[in-house]
Amino acid sequence: MTTLPEPAPRPAANAANTGLVRSVLRSPRGAIVVAFLVVLILACALAPLIAPYDPLAQHLSAVRSGPSGGYWLGTDSLGRDLLSRLLHGGRSSLLGVLEAVVTLLIVALPTGLLAGYLGGTFDRIAMRVAEVVMSVPVVIILLAVLSIFNHSMTSAMIAFGVLGSSGLMRVIRGAALTAREELYVTAAELMGLSRLQVVVRHVLPRCRGAIIIQASLFAAVTLGVQTGLTFLSLGPPPPAATWGGMVADAASVFNQDAWMLVPPGATIALTVLAFGLLGDVVRDVSAEKYAAAPASRRKRRTGTPETAGRPEPATDMLLSVRDLSVATDGERPLTLLDAVGFDIAAGETVGLVGESGSGKTMTARAVIGLLPGNCQITSGRVVFDGSPVQDLDQRAFRKLRGRRIAMISQEPMAALDPSFRIGSLVAEVVRAVDGIKGKAAHARAIELLRMVEIPDPEAVARRFPHQISGGMAQRVAIAMAIAGRPELLIADEPTTALDVTVQAEILDLLRSLQQQNNMAILLVTHDWGVVADVCTKVVVMYAGQVVETAPAGAVFDRPAHPYTRALLLSSPENTHIGERIQAIPGSVPTPQRWPAGCRFASRCDLAQPGCTEGAIPVKDISEGRLSRCLRVDTLLGGEARR
Amino acid sequence: MLKLLAHRVALSIPLVLLVSVVVFALESLVPGDPARTILGENATPEGIAALHQQMGLDQPWLERYWHWLSGLFHGDLGASLFTGDAVTSELNARLGVTVSLVLCCVLVSAVAGTALGMFSAIRGGPAARVVDVLSLTGLALPNFWVAIVLVALFAVKIRLFPATGYVPLAESPGHWLRSLVLPVIALSLFGVTAVAKQARDATLEVQDTDYIRVLRGNGVAESRIVLKHMLRNAAIPVVTVLGVVAVSMLSGTVFVEGVFVLPGLGSLATQATTDHDLPVILGIGVYFTVVVIILNLLVDLAYGMLNPKVRAS
Repeated sequence: MTTLPEPAPRPAANAANTGLVRSVLRSPRGAIVVAFLVVLILACALAPLIAPYDPLAQHLSAVRSGPSGGYWLGTDSLGRDLLSRLLHGGRSSLLGVLEAVVTLLIVALPTGLLAGYLGGTFDRIAMRVAEVVMSVPVVIILLAVLSIFNHSMTSAMIAFGVLGSSGLMRVIRGAALTAREELYVTAAELMGLSRLQVVVRHVLPRCRGAIIIQASLFAAVTLGVQTGLTFLSLGPPPPAATWGGMVADAASVFNQDAWMLVPPGATIALTVLAFGLLGDVVRDVSAEKYAAAPASRRKRRTGTPETAGRPEPATDMLLSVRDLSVATDGERPLTLLDAVGFDIAAGETVGLVGESGSGKTMTARAVIGLLPGNCQITSGRVVFDGSPVQDLDQRAFRKLRGRRIAMISQEPMAALDPSFRIGSLVAEVVRAVDGIKGKAAHARAIELLRMVEIPDPEAVARRFPHQISGGMAQRVAIAMAIAGRPELLIADEPTTALDVTVQAEILDLLRSLQQQNNMAILLVTHDWGVVADVCTKVVVMYAGQVVETAPAGAVFDRPAHPYTRALLLSSPENTHIGERIQAIPGSVPTPQRWPAGCRFASRCDLAQPGCTEGAIPVKDISEGRLSRCLRVDTLLGGEARR
Repeated sequence: MLKLLAHRVALSIPLVLLVSVVVFALESLVPGDPARTILGENATPEGIAALHQQMGLDQPWLERYWHWLSGLFHGDLGASLFTGDAVTSELNARLGVTVSLVLCCVLVSAVAGTALGMFSAIRGGPAARVVDVLSLTGLALPNFWVAIVLVALFAVKIRLFPATGYVPLAESPGHWLRSLVLPVIALSLFGVTAVAKQARDATLEVQDTDYIRVLRGNGVAESRIVLKHMLRNAAIPVVTVLGVVAVSMLSGTVFVEGVFVLPGLGSLATQATTDHDLPVILGIGVYFTVVVIILNLLVDLAYGMLNPKVRAS
């Protein structure tokens, strides 16, 4: 058997490593596993004292007796007590594991540390050797060793430790490499500590978690091999008790007595399991300790239902969203969207604007029914073309997707399955929305690629996603999205990842496609330039709420929410050369830290005591304009305009 | 792609050398007389002298190694100390058994492991936990023990399959398959669980990618998404773990072939170890190494075919 290359655990911070043992013991799984191993090791070590019988003593009156008061686990075909044989046999098995693990550490620790810390030629040679050793059929070497050293299990286990060390060496090397870059290691070097001291004091402790994980997994594998070798009677010669030998004994008589297979099999399996789980527990504990302490969760606060005076979804709209709230699952659900509402008319382009973390993408994903697995709609309504869709299951939603609502995403490269050719990807969607296959689907795919103005579509169709440019990839993604002639296109930051010139082309393309098909677009963006270019209406979001809704023309001249105004001022388009961009101080509060009052108050220069007292209602300012601000009159009155 | 294959071939030469050098070096390092170890305590001085002659023990080990190595290039791996037969002919007769066994196991591990892993990732919840528990048991139970239990259950209790023995494929494909079913199950357990783990992690990762979301968002049927797009992308990491699994299967034949009395390389290796028959063990080492190299090449090829980025470069 060979150890599987385990993914290197994230290196735990130095401080986080202290108390690793305590954390392992505190987790229920860890406590059980450690207790089992301690009891097992003690029992086997003390076997001569505590075993009820001599492992070799034959009780011919009680041959293959099965479990009984006198023989707890029964006896074998020579009447030897199975429990006593298990305890004595465990000595050689566990000793073998110990020998192999110690060898593993002796070989892997220094080479891994040196390879990672010194780098250079030593590192290259060590890695090359490790790569070769990884593919060695280990068992054959073990058999050769057993043959040469006259069935000495110790030699075989030492050989196994040496051959198994390449995996651990790689892990340690990786950890040492990262440690070398750390500031405190550099600082220690500058303070004049020798390299050896730095390695032992600073680099080694960082690797402790990784070492324990790898060593315990290796112990599990070793036990499997050790018992396998004794099963083949290549270890201590019979009649000495070994776990593998007991399985072999049981195998010869399983026709008469199947029970004898159980005690050694279960013991081996449980011990392997315990070693394996120990590694898992240490990994989980180190990962937990590494992850930042969870932010304190305040009590959830949700705002009042919004859209005063317009609580009902609009029936004349293509899409009407009302009071849409989304929260995470779990015992302490976290609200991510808080009573979001907006409308999109047929053929209209609505910009959904806000900083990262404001909930734009989550809103877009809720509309198309593709929320992340751990989130769900908790209240509110999403009405598409007159029928509610918020409660549809995935199967029903799929009928809408592609044909009536489609989407393109932010990273055009990531949006195309890397394993398939462009033509096949577009044809896949064609097949889904038009129900045609083969040549017909391919022909339609080419037609779609031509519609998105891709030159030489036949050639592009034969390429893989990694062989085309980002702008081209976004055109392909658009081709996939318009394949079903959707009435609504959800475009999540479609131009953010592209060059400025390509951005303009993609926007032009979207606009012309929209005019041809009378397609509405929900455009998620944080770019006011894009909004000015294509949008008819703007919905501004902040911390999971809609704070302003306005016609695109009006919002630039007279923003009706201080956040909108601040966003506009921070936009590079509104800054003259040589002027400083007026960034908004602070950042969007995370859902855990949403205040009870206005969520923007802490960053707002118009904030007054009333703003933080309670949830802010949405005000109807004029036809088509809504604002969630108490001071909207001051703002629009011009006093605060700059 | 070609570069990848060239790299693999370049690594294979030191691999063959490493295995043989280690064995020869160990043999010369061991205190005492190897001939006495082989023949046991009751050996006659004449017997020991004859064995010395046969093994070339009077020469320094480097010279003996050189002799063996030059033989290797002519396809001569020496003669068995025990039977006196040429090692190569003995091994060639058994190679088919082990290769059939390992290939079937790799196939079973790939298919069953991927199916289980993807099922667990997509279903989640209780189904995933059942798969987790199954994988833990699969990893923990020793394959030789499972082999015996399988024989007890499906060959002796319910006479579904032959308990022991092997029928060559050329003789009767049906019987060949029947003779392999139980050994393959016993030996695949580890492979299935290792692949399932990898497939599950890969599927979870693929599930959360933009391109799957975009396919869903544009109306592609879930079955097509799972069976075509998720499978294809999750297969890439699965193939890499298959290489490791195949190497471990090869080692596993040593433990399992004996239980089913399969006349393969694994059971011969056990016998040769008991007999201290070093030339045979070395020969098996060479054969195993070559099989590992071929398996790794196949894995690289499959990886290249699945991953268009590698294929193109």
